[in-house]
Amino acid sequence: MLNRVLFIVVMVVTVFFVANSAYASPVETFEFQDEVTKIRFQALSKELRCPKCQNQNLADSNSTVASALRLDLYNLLIQGKSDTEIVDLMVGRYGEFVLYRPRVSSVTYILWFGPALLILIGIIVVIVILRKKPATKENLALDSQQQEKLKQLLQPDQPTSDITNPNIINEEKE
Amino acid sequence: MNKIIRFLPLVLVIALGVVLYRGLSLNPNDMPSALIGNAMPDFSLSTLNDENKIVTKADLVGDIVLINVWATWCPTCKYEHPYLLELTNNPQVKLYGINYKDERPAAKEWLTHYKDPYVFSIFDEEGLLGVKLGVFGAPETFVIDHHGVIRKRFAGAIDTRVWRKEFEPLIKQLITEKQQGK
Repeated sequence: MLNRVLFIVVMVVTVFFVANSAYASPVETFEFQDEVTKIRFQALSKELRCPKCQNQNLADSNSTVASALRLDLYNLLIQGKSDTEIVDLMVGRYGEFVLYRPRVSSVTYILWFGPALLILIGIIVVIVILRKKPATKENLALDSQQQEKLKQLLQPDQPTSDITNPNIINEEKE
Repeated sequence: MNKIIRFLPLVLVIALGVVLYRGLSLNPNDMPSALIGNAMPDFSLSTLNDENKIVTKADLVGDIVLINVWATWCPTCKYEHPYLLELTNNPQVKLYGINYKDERPAAKEWLTHYKDPYVFSIFDEEGLLGVKLGVFGAPETFVIDHHGVIRKRFAGAIDTRVWRKEFEPLIKQLITEKQQGK
C-alpha cells in the first residue's frame, strides 16, 4: 500500500516537472534593458494567441507568424508602449480572437457567462426535482386500512384473498 | 406538460448536437480581418530585387491595388502563381507582392524561374509588415482602394473561380467608386 502511494507521488511530481520543462519557447534571443520589460514580454507572449496555430500562444509556437509577432511585440515594448496599447493594437489587427482571455463585450457574453448560466440552470433543475417528491415520514406511514392488511398478511394461519397479490400495498401507496 | 418536460433533455441534446456538428465543418482559418476599412499601415522596406531601393506606402496608394503575400516556403503560393501571372494582363488592378519571412536569394530565384507577376515585391524579411496587416500565413491577398484603405483580405490561393467569386465584384465596385470621385 505504502509502495503504491509512493509510486503515485513520484509519478505526479515527475509529470509536473516534465510538463514544466516541456514549456520551452522556440529559440530566439531578445535582449531586454531591464527585468520588468522581460517579464512583461513573457507575460504578453503567453497571453496572446498565435493566429496560425490556434491552440498555442506566442511563446509556445514556432510558426512564422508567431516569430514575427514576438519580434513585433519586442519592438513595441522597446518603443515604450504600454501593455494595454499593445493588446489594443493586436486586437485591432487580428480581432478579439488573439487574446486567450477575451474581453467582456456583447460578442463574448456567452463565453463569459454561459458556464455560470448552465450551473444555475442545473441548480434550478435539481431543486425542482427534489421539491417534486418530498419523501416525508407522513407519506411513508401506513394508514389504518393498510395496517389492517399488514396484520392479516403477517398472520400465516389466517388466509386472506389479498395474500395472492403482495403488490397491493405498494399500489395503494402511490 | 409533464411529458414535454420529460422530452426536454432529448431536445436539448439534439440541439447541442446540431450546433457542434456545424462547428465541425467550419474552417478555423476563416477568420474575419479586423483591418477591413482601415488604412493600409505605413512601412519602409527595401524591394526584393534591389536592397538599396526603399519603398513606402506612398509607392502603392493611388490605384486599385492587390497586395499578395507570398514566400518560397509556401507550396500554395506555387499553385496560385500561374493565375497571378494571368492577372498581369488585367489592366484594372496593379499587383504588388510582399515577400514574407523569406530569403532574398531564394525568392529572387523563384521569380526568375516562375516569372515575376508583381510590379515589385516588398522584402519583408522579419514579417513585420505582414504582422501589421494581420497576416496569418501565406498566401494571402489584400485589396486596397485608391484612398489606401484595406477593403478585403483573402487567405488562400487565387484561381479563376476564386477570382470571379471573391474579387471581381469588389474590383468593379471600386472602379465605379473611383470614377464617381468618391
